[in-house]
Amino acid sequence: MSDYNFAYLDEQTKRMIRRAILKGLAIPGYQVPFASREMPMPYGWGTGGVQVSAAVMTPDDRFKVIDQGADDTTNAVSIRTFFERTAGVATTTKTSEASVIQTRHRIPEERLSEGQILVYQVPIPEPLQFLEPRESETRKMHSLEEYGLMHVKLYEDISRHGHIATSYDYPVKVEGRYVMDPSPIPKFDNPKLGDMAAIQLFGAGREQRIYALPPYTQVVSLDFEDHPFEASKPDHPCAMCGAENSYLDEVITDDTGGRMFVCSDTDFCEARQAAGNTGTMNGRDAA
Amino acid sequence: MTPLLSVQGITKFYGHHIGCKDVGFDLYPGEVMGIVGESGSGKSTLLNCMAGHLTPDAGAVVFDTRSDGPKNTVTMSEPERRMLSRTDWAFVHQHARDGLRMGVSAGGNVGERLMAVGERHYCDIRAKATDWLGRVEIDATRVDDRPTTFSGGMQQRLQIARNLVTGPRLVFMDEPTGGLDVSVQARLLDLLRGLVRDMGLSAIIVTHDLAVVRLLADRLMVMKDGHVVEAGLTDQVLDDPQHAYSQLLVSSVLQV
Amino acid sequence: MIELKNVSKTFTMHNQSSAVIEVINDVSLSVAAGECVALTGASGAGKSTLMRMIYGNYLTQAGQILIDGADLVQAEPRDVIALRRETLGYVSQFLRVVPRVPTLDVVAEPLRAVGASAETAQARAKELLAKLNIPQRLWALSPTTFSGGEQQRVNIARGFAHPYPAMLLDEPTASLDAANREVVLSLIEEAKARGAAIIGIFHDEAARDRVCDREIDVSQFTPGIAA
Repeated sequence: MSDYNFAYLDEQTKRMIRRAILKGLAIPGYQVPFASREMPMPYGWGTGGVQVSAAVMTPDDRFKVIDQGADDTTNAVSIRTFFERTAGVATTTKTSEASVIQTRHRIPEERLSEGQILVYQVPIPEPLQFLEPRESETRKMHSLEEYGLMHVKLYEDISRHGHIATSYDYPVKVEGRYVMDPSPIPKFDNPKLGDMAAIQLFGAGREQRIYALPPYTQVVSLDFEDHPFEASKPDHPCAMCGAENSYLDEVITDDTGGRMFVCSDTDFCEARQAAGNTGTMNGRDAA
Repeated sequence: MTPLLSVQGITKFYGHHIGCKDVGFDLYPGEVMGIVGESGSGKSTLLNCMAGHLTPDAGAVVFDTRSDGPKNTVTMSEPERRMLSRTDWAFVHQHARDGLRMGVSAGGNVGERLMAVGERHYCDIRAKATDWLGRVEIDATRVDDRPTTFSGGMQQRLQIARNLVTGPRLVFMDEPTGGLDVSVQARLLDLLRGLVRDMGLSAIIVTHDLAVVRLLADRLMVMKDGHVVEAGLTDQVLDDPQHAYSQLLVSSVLQV
Repeated sequence: MIELKNVSKTFTMHNQSSAVIEVINDVSLSVAAGECVALTGASGAGKSTLMRMIYGNYLTQAGQILIDGADLVQAEPRDVIALRRETLGYVSQFLRVVPRVPTLDVVAEPLRAVGASAETAQARAKELLAKLNIPQRLWALSPTTFSGGEQQRVNIARGFAHPYPAMLLDEPTASLDAANREVVLSLIEEAKARGAAIIGIFHDEAARDRVCDREIDVSQFTPGIAA
């Protein structure tokens, strides 16, 4: 057993965070303030997500961490190791096997199921902040449902680019009430937010806010009647597994303009390859 | 006829200091009321009490709402008052920067109030914004430019367009021509007069510029030390002032 | 149409040792529709003061000023404004306008104020400006840069744009040449013919004799002079 209290945080702190989570679940999309603790990692590295994960974790859980969809990047590896050491929980890279998944900037491709918890790391929880810097004012706007400003941001996008160019961090409205920042996930993932079987929890450590979506919550991406929301992705199949409907990362392969597109969700891609799917990079047709 | 705005016994203290004391008047549809007085006379305090930016210590500001008739805006709920201030009311600040979003394009600035009341059709919003830029004599090609690239006079006109796009019935103006050079002032005054006439607006204009009230206001209130010392027809107060302070004020204006 | 009953006025100069000056004392007069009455008396006798009181521009301390039955002295500001818009016209000696507004719009404004369409108002304005010999090339310019005589004619055109039932004319023919003077006098005659009650100040005796039905010497009401 480790020398730390289970999952690093003391029981009082976890209790405080659970209360914030429960309040967040009761008022979907509402930002609940909480007393964020100093964590043994810098702000911006997922301190909010880690505290939420620590508060919901039980010794029986199986934990998965992804960063931009990948299980094997520094941030994902270090947070996974952190909980292996401080909580002694089992970990996995398989989406379907995990009971708690902490994520930075992606929602797994595989449909989540009831009983799973998805924990998002959130840098800036306030969707109105870019246009209205006063927090006293943004709080009032939320409480009075004054969300015209949110559309001003989209208006500016269209007027500058001819279409809504916001491609991640795309604002949503929850259950027809609160406008929420879904964290910087690509807008390709926005449709997955709504009607999800798993519990979704959002933790912002530096900004000291927690918010949540209970299972099967209605989530609508904001748009204009004549410029409807579109979940976009690069128009390619995955070079590794040939998937047509997954979100792709662009990988530069050399210094002469060579590049390829591969699934950002590594578990999804590997599972497909194991099942015999191939893309242009490793398939027989390319060989 | 029901007054559009009925101000009754508005009093505001800052500690022991009087902001304004026991001010009352009725404003009818289509009327323009000027409030003059030197700095510190309480005219801005009064304006902010009427517009809901400050809560008066006593008194009522009764506005004839479209749906429910006359209602006291001091005691109405905040959501209701805020809704009023982005539909039927407008507030033109002395400094355009206080009334504009400097990081948002001209079109976005004008469109904000439309989006705030639920318009969700981009092309419609943009067309209305462009139309309003034209009405305040800003070239349509500037619709995507930010106000930071505009001159002071243009910023002030943009602020007016942003305020009037939802067709308000009452406009509060705090020194609308302050800080602008005289030729720009003249153009703005002409614009305001036309808008007031064509839209049937009522307006309350706070200024220390007597020439501005003579040209824009039907009625005038002179304030000193938080009290109204004289009120009446603008030209009567300016040409035949009764109170000592009004006489001093009028006789202090430099002749050009 | 215009009726004054026991009207008096004093000026109190608060900033000049609170001197009280009695300027008009106990005036009663009445002008019927279709009638033109001239106010006479030496300079400083109070002709313009009395006229400004009738317009509501100067505050009246005592008495009644009835315009079409409505008492101007007791009226609320908005009633005075409505009266001036609909009923009571005033051609002063000075043109006071928003700078940079075209002459045509300046003249059309009184009609726009009573709800006439822009076309109707502008057509009437063009007719009057042409009649008063203001060259067409000046119509789009602001009158602030015009000569004194031109400004006076623009002022008259503006004053006659709307057919007010009661009119006050302060020296309408001053600084005009013979031809324009003739136009103004015919405008006054037309106004009388349609039934307007007019009070005027005319230094030009020939003009006064031609259009005025009666004269009232204001000196008799001015205590300073009568005493």
